[in-house]
Amino acid sequence: MSSAGQLAIELDAERVGRRFSGDRAFRWLAGGCAALVALALLGAAASMAWGAREAFATFGLRFLISTDWDPVAHRFGALVPVIGTIVSSGIALLIAVPVSFGIALFLTEVAPAWLRKPVASAIELLAGIPSIIYGMWGLFVFVPFMAAHVDPWIDAHLGALPMIGMFFGGPPLGLGMLTAGIVLAIMVIPFVTSVMREVFLTVPKRLKESAYALGATTWEVAWHIVLPCTRQAVIGGVFLGLGRALGETMAVTFVLGNAHELSASLLMPGNSIAAAIANEFTEADSSIYRSSLIALGFLLFVLTFVVLAIARLMLRRIERKRGYA
Amino acid sequence: MSAVTLAEKLYRRRRARNALALLLSGCAAAFGLFWLGWILFTTIGNGLHALTPALLTRSTPPPGASGGLANALFGSLIMSALALLIGAPLGVLAGTWLAEYARRGRFGEMLRFLNDILLSAPSIVLGLTIYALLVQLMGHFSAWAGALALALIALPIVVRTSDEMLQLVPNAMREAALSLGVPQWKVTVQILWRQARPGIVTGILLALARIAGETAPLLFTALNNQYWSANLDAPMASIPVAIFQFAMSPYDDWHALAWAGALIVSVFVLLLGLLARSLLRRSRIAND
Repeated sequence: MSSAGQLAIELDAERVGRRFSGDRAFRWLAGGCAALVALALLGAAASMAWGAREAFATFGLRFLISTDWDPVAHRFGALVPVIGTIVSSGIALLIAVPVSFGIALFLTEVAPAWLRKPVASAIELLAGIPSIIYGMWGLFVFVPFMAAHVDPWIDAHLGALPMIGMFFGGPPLGLGMLTAGIVLAIMVIPFVTSVMREVFLTVPKRLKESAYALGATTWEVAWHIVLPCTRQAVIGGVFLGLGRALGETMAVTFVLGNAHELSASLLMPGNSIAAAIANEFTEADSSIYRSSLIALGFLLFVLTFVVLAIARLMLRRIERKRGYA
Repeated sequence: MSAVTLAEKLYRRRRARNALALLLSGCAAAFGLFWLGWILFTTIGNGLHALTPALLTRSTPPPGASGGLANALFGSLIMSALALLIGAPLGVLAGTWLAEYARRGRFGEMLRFLNDILLSAPSIVLGLTIYALLVQLMGHFSAWAGALALALIALPIVVRTSDEMLQLVPNAMREAALSLGVPQWKVTVQILWRQARPGIVTGILLALARIAGETAPLLFTALNNQYWSANLDAPMASIPVAIFQFAMSPYDDWHALAWAGALIVSVFVLLLGLLARSLLRRSRIAND
């Protein structure tokens, strides 16, 4: 009797033990996969830093402020592509932020209910189109359009102005910073819009209705109630868009013109970090050339990491607030 | 009298400003739709012109000759499938860890943060990473490297959706299963995964839609190949890279092929997006 009971208990203990080890194995397996995510990011940073060491050792900090880009003489500097990246992304945000705000406002406050879903889905479609398609469309359709209609007008009307004229003068090539900025804006709009729309929907109805009851117009509710309520997440959304624009490669490569010269005019061809890498990496014929391009990639990684980290921190706080509310 | 007109004036100005703002918001929406229409219109128009049966049967041609995209289509299929085979299981397991073992707490938060950053990291940087880690070590470009770069892009998407979808599974289900004495890993694999399956599949489809059109990470991992190749250890063609090469070229034949490729990729990606969204809607209804 007692030995049978003993056996049962032992069997049970063994089963529990086995089950425990199964649980533990699964937990470690899943945890290991999760650690891989962190490892991937770390690996990206480390491998780029390692690949870039030759460029940084050769040029030192001058790499960051030099406009040289001479594959024959093996002299490289990052200033032109870095400025190109920042300027084209800046133009993109200048266009995309107000437009996205308008679309989000339209989708949450203005449009009749039956129109909201189709328009929102259509805007989301824009986000789904691969960037190579934007690039091709930009090269074959948008660049000729800019060259024929927009650039001459800008050159004639804005290029003649004192002070700011230098930013708008130039031959009507169609290629250049302005074109790249506009194409980037189109690509970024759906991302910023979707964040704004989502957070606008989280504003408590009570707040909005109180304002309406006091006689506020729709615009006043949007500007004085909805926007202040969601400011942080809206900024987060804008930074998310900025992160996209900074790292966008294919679309920009097609329409930027790939010129390694610094030019004040937005109508002149330029370069960006991502475009330089995409265009030149497979053609790089010396190790210092390749290392310089990887160094550019490292700079891009650091830049986007900072921007995306800010974006996520801003958005996280809103998510948490929503979670506890 | 004058006070009334002042109030009236203010009222009118507010009304006018409101009308203007609402009009502009409508214009913004039209502006967004306008670009979508323009891009789709040119892609479909030019793509349909270039669609021929030869696309599926012949490989990419040298300049001046006619040909198709068969090898590029095949390469895209192989590398995307490989990328999902690598990325999806890892992603689902990592998402499971986040949802089931690290829902709250510092580690989980930290990892979600890093995953979100990996999710929006520039794809060209991820391509460079694989180049530095793999291509340089092996000494040559290969389809394996391309697939790994794509897997790196697919991974965070799958992690995020798996995490979110598993968190949506009601706790009562976990408690009911655990109270029957089922070990936790079995609860996860046989009950939670099944319940969250539509959502997890949606994540995998979204990842596929994203990597199907990715060009930048393939440029210096899988490179390109003019010929039909099934060798995973050698450079392999893909649709996006073929589009890039052909669109940048000065030949009209090649431009036509690029448009055909663009149409194929766009239709594939947009259909996948629609499929994913309908799946997601169904899973939401099921969970309610």
